[in-house]
Amino acid sequence: MIINGVSIDETFAEAFPMKATRAIITAQNEKWAMISAQAMTGFATSVIACGCEAGIEKVLDPSETPDGRPGVSVLIFAMGGKGLAKQLETRAGQCVLTSPTSALFAGIDEGLQIPLGKNLRYFGDGFQTSKKINGKRYWRIPVMDGEFLTEATTGRVDAVGGGNFLVLAKSQPQALAACEAAIVEMKKLPNVIMPFPGGIVRSGSKVGSKYPALGASSNDAFCPTLKGITKTDLPPECESVMEIVIDGLTKEDIDKAMRVGIQAVCDLGAENGIQRISAGNYGGKLGPFHFHLQEIMA
Amino acid sequence: MSALTFTAIKTTEQRVDMSPLVCHLLKDLSVAEIAAIELQNGKRKIRVDELFEISGDDAQNILIKNSYAKLDFIAKELHDGVMTVEGEIGAYFGMSMKSGELTAKGNVGLYAACEMKNGLLTINGNAGDFLGAALPGNKQGMKGGTILVKGNVGQRSGDHMRRGNILIEGNAGDYCGSRMIAGTIAVMGTTGRFLGYAMQRGTLLLWKKPTLSAAFNDCGSHTLAFLPILFKSFKKLDSKFAEESAAFNRVQRYGGDMAEKGRAEVLVKL
Repeated sequence: MIINGVSIDETFAEAFPMKATRAIITAQNEKWAMISAQAMTGFATSVIACGCEAGIEKVLDPSETPDGRPGVSVLIFAMGGKGLAKQLETRAGQCVLTSPTSALFAGIDEGLQIPLGKNLRYFGDGFQTSKKINGKRYWRIPVMDGEFLTEATTGRVDAVGGGNFLVLAKSQPQALAACEAAIVEMKKLPNVIMPFPGGIVRSGSKVGSKYPALGASSNDAFCPTLKGITKTDLPPECESVMEIVIDGLTKEDIDKAMRVGIQAVCDLGAENGIQRISAGNYGGKLGPFHFHLQEIMA
Repeated sequence: MSALTFTAIKTTEQRVDMSPLVCHLLKDLSVAEIAAIELQNGKRKIRVDELFEISGDDAQNILIKNSYAKLDFIAKELHDGVMTVEGEIGAYFGMSMKSGELTAKGNVGLYAACEMKNGLLTINGNAGDFLGAALPGNKQGMKGGTILVKGNVGQRSGDHMRRGNILIEGNAGDYCGSRMIAGTIAVMGTTGRFLGYAMQRGTLLLWKKPTLSAAFNDCGSHTLAFLPILFKSFKKLDSKFAEESAAFNRVQRYGGDMAEKGRAEVLVKL
């Protein structure tokens, strides 16, 4: 399959089941909601070492938030329910509770309820008060700038993590420009995040390493400087490969995001140095979710 | 199906226990069986058809017409269903109500909605003392749901209240929110003496500046984030509380009762 001169590999991205939740952060203005959201989703690029994968889903208009203030919704993904609950609570406590004028709400009502502000309330040292409004419990925790309002729990749902595609380009600037264009389009979609810096990974990994202590290592087959000395997957004129990893609440959400992202890359086409689109997988043996590139783009 | 309607055809000297005439107890009964139910009337019993003319057949939608102030325990423990009462109403209206919708078109007596658990209870007239309170000797009053009163309420509204909302468009009598454990009472009109007496936790939300006891301390003026959410939850009500102009988030906060736990608050609109 070739789209605008870009070859779409006959391969698939392999993804895994994860647990996910959404939180809504509001503040006096969008600037402070965003600052809080960025702090909460910081150092959350990969479950390999961060404990979770998190990202900003979208900016919310005041009409879309529970308290009528500007807000930001974030999605957090982890491999297990316990890990997710721990990461959510830690990040809420250190990054949202501490952020001026913030309030924190559940972004998913269904599913198993996990603590959001339920345990943060103890920061109130006995001065905290709760309000149950329309069946939802809120905690009001006195803090130095006034009162931190948080919903007690949020819903945890089954999700999918690790959808991906690789952009092979003639040069590094061209690979980056293509991925940036893809991220702009993908960020318009709900229910997905691209957890790596700016949504783009330059250090895609393979499973395993020559060093026994490491579970993952550089994906040498896609490293352009190793073309002559390893079993490369790259054409001779490829100088740079970048990857976009996608976590989504459902397989369909990731399907959609991959389609939109790959299309944006292909729109730049061969004339902008884009050569191929590929994807990372482990032979289909590890993850139950397979995203076949050519099926997605058909 | 039309609403199962009980139209009072006479009044009684003694009080009548209306608790058997509630949706969940009547849903599987024929009109003849309902007519034969005996209600306690003072120390004697009175058949339903001796007191009411019965029409309609939908036991999940009950209408009581020509009610008078000696009909007690109307809609006691109401569990689902809709009940509407036209006329004056006696004591214990909606006592221990569990769910559903209950509406009084006129005034109600003592202990309305006492120990209510959930649902929506609307009183278009005035309510007597101990609205949403605990029964004498009991430790917990209303535990959930919403009471909306469009008129005034008597003394000790929300006494021992545990959870839920009491919304009063008119005035509240003395001891409003006394011994309250938690929950919210909102009063658009004036409040009487001894507001929040021995109140432990919970919120009294007031539109007019009250006379507060020395046991409530001024905590200053604040913008509180939970208030817009609270007002948003009132939007579906047929009430002044649902109006856009009713909502506010700037308040003067008073903490008390310092003679008790001191974790309750009186919030006065600024």
